[in-house]
Amino acid sequence: MNLYGIRAIYLFEMARMRRTLMQSVASPVLSTALYFVVFGSAIGSHMVDIDGVSYGAFIVPGMIMLALLTQSISNASFGIYMPRFTGTIYEIHSAPVSYIEILLGYVGAAATKSILLGAIMLATARLCVPFQIEHPLWMVAFLVLTAVTFSLLGFIIGIWADGFEKLQIVPLMIVTPLTFLGGSFYSIDMLPPFWQTVSLFNPVVYLISGFRWSFYGVADVSLPVSLGMTALFLVLCLAGVRWIFRTGYRLKT
Amino acid sequence: MQPAIAIHGLSKTYASGLTALRNVNLEIRRGEIFALLGPNGAGKTTLISIVCGIVNPSAGRVLADGHDIVADYRAARARIGLVPQELSTDAFESVWSTVTFSRGLFGKPANPAYIEKVLRDLSLWDKKDSRIMALSGGMKRRVMIAKALSHEPQILFLDEPTAGVDVELRRGMWDMVRRLRESGVTIILTTHYIEEAQEMADRIGVIRQGEIILVEEKDTLMAKLGKRQLTLTLGEPLARIPQALQDYRLELSADGSQLVYTYDNQEHGGDIARLLQRLGEAGIEFKDLSSSESSLEEIFVSLVHPS
Repeated sequence: MNLYGIRAIYLFEMARMRRTLMQSVASPVLSTALYFVVFGSAIGSHMVDIDGVSYGAFIVPGMIMLALLTQSISNASFGIYMPRFTGTIYEIHSAPVSYIEILLGYVGAAATKSILLGAIMLATARLCVPFQIEHPLWMVAFLVLTAVTFSLLGFIIGIWADGFEKLQIVPLMIVTPLTFLGGSFYSIDMLPPFWQTVSLFNPVVYLISGFRWSFYGVADVSLPVSLGMTALFLVLCLAGVRWIFRTGYRLKT
Repeated sequence: MQPAIAIHGLSKTYASGLTALRNVNLEIRRGEIFALLGPNGAGKTTLISIVCGIVNPSAGRVLADGHDIVADYRAARARIGLVPQELSTDAFESVWSTVTFSRGLFGKPANPAYIEKVLRDLSLWDKKDSRIMALSGGMKRRVMIAKALSHEPQILFLDEPTAGVDVELRRGMWDMVRRLRESGVTIILTTHYIEEAQEMADRIGVIRQGEIILVEEKDTLMAKLGKRQLTLTLGEPLARIPQALQDYRLELSADGSQLVYTYDNQEHGGDIARLLQRLGEAGIEFKDLSSSESSLEEIFVSLVHPS
């Protein structure tokens, strides 16, 4: 295994994060902090508790998950799209690195960035609203699993995209709405029965529910179902990446 | 001795249906400078891209230093450095970090002393902390070369290395290529500047419409296909070439003041003395004479455009 190659890609991507701290860290942290201030502190103080959890604390897992999903996709898609756009991908293709090693470098870096961001946001949220984490190991497990899964999805998008517009379409037009409608700000138990059923087709519901359970021990769906759905999504993304590497789709002619 | 690169029956047809290479067979000797010449679209870049792992072959086999580029791609690629035609760089990276990145990518442990040597050799040391976007085109080209050399390759592909580079820098690059060859690196270059191939190459390959139509030692090629011309400036203009000289390949200039005699390099000019004697016998005096040799460029044009 070309460990130096994996390390080179990983450090290169992490260096990009350091160069763009405002965009990579400060911007999502600021926007999420604003959500906490507005929905958590200002509006939240006038709302009733949900499942025994104050509204400000209730939205913390959903907010972190929202940022985690969008940033994982954004980091990974940008990471692989930029070399394709600038033409520097030639160097990756001509190097003695396998596809698995390329994936470990790019997805590993994207997931690391997202996890760091999640940790920073958790600390930021703690400054705005009081909350507890009942199952910290599960919380970390969900954080890592989600970051890796959505970084894989971002990697696929970065290869599929043939322009900056396409690069933005999936995060903006699909992931963000699914996250908002996936219970970031509410429990799906609060919806009418029909919409509760519809919500169960939203994969993000399971991510947020599982993540919220690790905080407060309350969930919209059971933990095994949340874990199973997240793992299924991970497997689907891995299958997509495998197909891309096997066929050389948009990578090699 | 095992060749540096051995290409057997290599073909490439793109998904669009375009056939870029047709049954190419070629061996590059270890330690030589091989110039691959061909018009635009002839298949030069496709050939290089396949050897370097950027494009998949449709058929055929390539060995780099005895290692199959598909089955044993790690060993093959570790031996190859590539300077692509396009100036593809990470604009926001510093020179040092991008060259260090390349070395790691090719599986080599960090070696700051070697990277420093490469940058100094390419006159880039002063710019090591500069962002690539701040460099001139010529410097970016040198950064590309530094990246290709960062993992100490034994085989170096230079795809149009001096395109858009000024004369001084071009000559500097030629010197660098010669130094690399002296250190044992095999160099394969494609170029539009035939002068470049004439100046540096040991052997020349010509590719046309995806087929290698000629591989020859440069000097042999020049001797075999080159032409020489002897131009005589006459004392008095002639109206036409005299009958006594009709068996020579002579041309008379429009104003009748110059006679041009064209002969093959292989004829060694053996007939010139007799021609001059015949001119004297015909009473034709000349006041000046000069000779010239056809360039590789003219040979190249005659090969790729036979008509």
